[in-house]
Amino acid sequence: MSSSNSSPVKGNLGLSLLASELSVLFRRRRTWAMLTAVALIPIFLAFAVRLSSQVLVPGEGPPFLDRVTQNGLFTGFTAMIVAIPLFLPLTIGVVAGDTIAGEAGQGTLRYLLVAPAGRIRLLLVKYAGAAAFAAAATVILMLTGLLIGAALFPVGPVTLLSGEVITVSESLVRSLLVAMYVWVSLLGLSAIGLFISTLTDVPVGAMAATVVVSVVAQILDVLPQLAPIQPWLFSHYWLGFADLLRQPLDWTSFGQNAIVQAGYIVVFGALAYSRFATKDILS
Amino acid sequence: MSKGAKANEVLANPALAIETKGLFKSFAKQTAVNGIDLSVPKGSVFGFLGPNGSGKTTTIRMLLGLTSPSEGVVNVLGQSMPANLQSVLPKVGALVEGPGFYPFLSGEANLKRLDTADRLADPKTRNERVAKALERVGLTVAAKKKVHAYSLGMKQRLGIANALLQPRDLLILDEPTNGLDPQGTREVRNLIKSLASEGTTIFVSSHLLAEVEQLCTHVAVMSAGNLVSQGELAELRHMGQTRVSVTTPDADAAFALMTGLGLVPVVHELAHSDSSLIAPVSSAFEPEILAAALVAAGVRIRGFAVEEPSLEERFVSLTGEGFDVFQ
Repeated sequence: MSSSNSSPVKGNLGLSLLASELSVLFRRRRTWAMLTAVALIPIFLAFAVRLSSQVLVPGEGPPFLDRVTQNGLFTGFTAMIVAIPLFLPLTIGVVAGDTIAGEAGQGTLRYLLVAPAGRIRLLLVKYAGAAAFAAAATVILMLTGLLIGAALFPVGPVTLLSGEVITVSESLVRSLLVAMYVWVSLLGLSAIGLFISTLTDVPVGAMAATVVVSVVAQILDVLPQLAPIQPWLFSHYWLGFADLLRQPLDWTSFGQNAIVQAGYIVVFGALAYSRFATKDILS
Repeated sequence: MSKGAKANEVLANPALAIETKGLFKSFAKQTAVNGIDLSVPKGSVFGFLGPNGSGKTTTIRMLLGLTSPSEGVVNVLGQSMPANLQSVLPKVGALVEGPGFYPFLSGEANLKRLDTADRLADPKTRNERVAKALERVGLTVAAKKKVHAYSLGMKQRLGIANALLQPRDLLILDEPTNGLDPQGTREVRNLIKSLASEGTTIFVSSHLLAEVEQLCTHVAVMSAGNLVSQGELAELRHMGQTRVSVTTPDADAAFALMTGLGLVPVVHELAHSDSSLIAPVSSAFEPEILAAALVAAGVRIRGFAVEEPSLEERFVSLTGEGFDVFQ
């Protein structure tokens, strides 16, 4: 008896494993619980602003908060700023920390590798899954913000930071650009989470460690003594999307952020690979 | 690595499904597998035995490329591992150290998920192959149930189904009947027999000796990281002692008669004033002569048996104390 495929290893590109990874990720209740929580941020924020009679003074509370009452389209931006420091990194920590360690912890890692999934292929697919989750989280946050803002507040042309006024449709494009900016911002942390996940068979440990790394990076980013290294912290440009709200559109911070994130992806991707490619799978 | 690959090409024996030479693995300061030379012939049902912690699972992990050997070489289906893992493993079905599944997915969804991991698996036949594998282990009814609702035995069967998603040349099954009830054990045994009759080589690790005795054509025994015995089951058995056992209320007469025939019986008292007399015999011994002599002497025979040497005794003698035979 011989197996049905005797040809040397070729097969398909392995896209079905990616499709399967995404379907497993987005079929999990945990994933939807986190995405729901993400969606609740702009909803709470909008209701809090709507229901309070207090008139906000510009500069009080999170940036743009005072503008929400005048134009609902600012709800998405404000919610993004609220979610970036802790909440989004927390969800990224859960998903990226779970990538390899979660499979190891539940005993499926050995079966994926014996199938054989191929270690590099599995890492790539796992990273793509984490990146897809980050995209879903940022887009859902922004969309919910726009919708709830439009429902509770007046909507109209948006006054940009540079003073120009743009149309509603133009501001929707800017909103998506901001979501994309934040998505890119989270890719470096996702790579760190992937690497940490290859170090352990205990997913909760990898998740917590990833979140801790993101908090530590943000603390380092505010210590004046560390100014020289701060531009290289993956969290340095996290809140820097204000450039996307100027006319003409300024891509400088987007580019700098992308370069830093790419650096983290390369370094931690390589570390994850070197660790995982030779690891003894004992789970 | 290239040096190792060269050595393997010389070594690969086409008649063997699994071949290791000087396979050695240590973790930190502990030696798990101490230089073993396994030879698993193609088409055999190979029982891999040994107490818990004797290095069976570590060996299996090396055969499957999950861990890499500290020293030594591994050939599976004629190709060296783990270098040729991508072309070897699609032909190998495996159950390693218990089943592992996504508890929040159904049994069927789990198999599909694992099937996508194999790049050579044809997506067009996936549903059909998954359904067939589930049917083979009797899980068709529970296919849509979430795995967290499965019993241990059902998970174990799902694990076997996973190993059967493709036609395989080699099946590596680590404790396949663990957690199964007697019916399940029987079904798995029949399944293994039918797969073996189709020509699949089956490498099964177990510590259930009775099962191995019923199933396997070849046996290897591990003890504390060493391979202490390897060969055909019959060969291994012959190393033990055949015995004749007589159960009778007339112990004294039977004892005298057996001693007269040159046997050395040991007497055990049983219930109802019966005794059993057990004596080792040589291969030339003809039991009918003893039976006839006992009857002629008026000894009341309530039981008479020639006992082949059991694998169990052989194991205990090979692996020493502490072998959890019936666990």
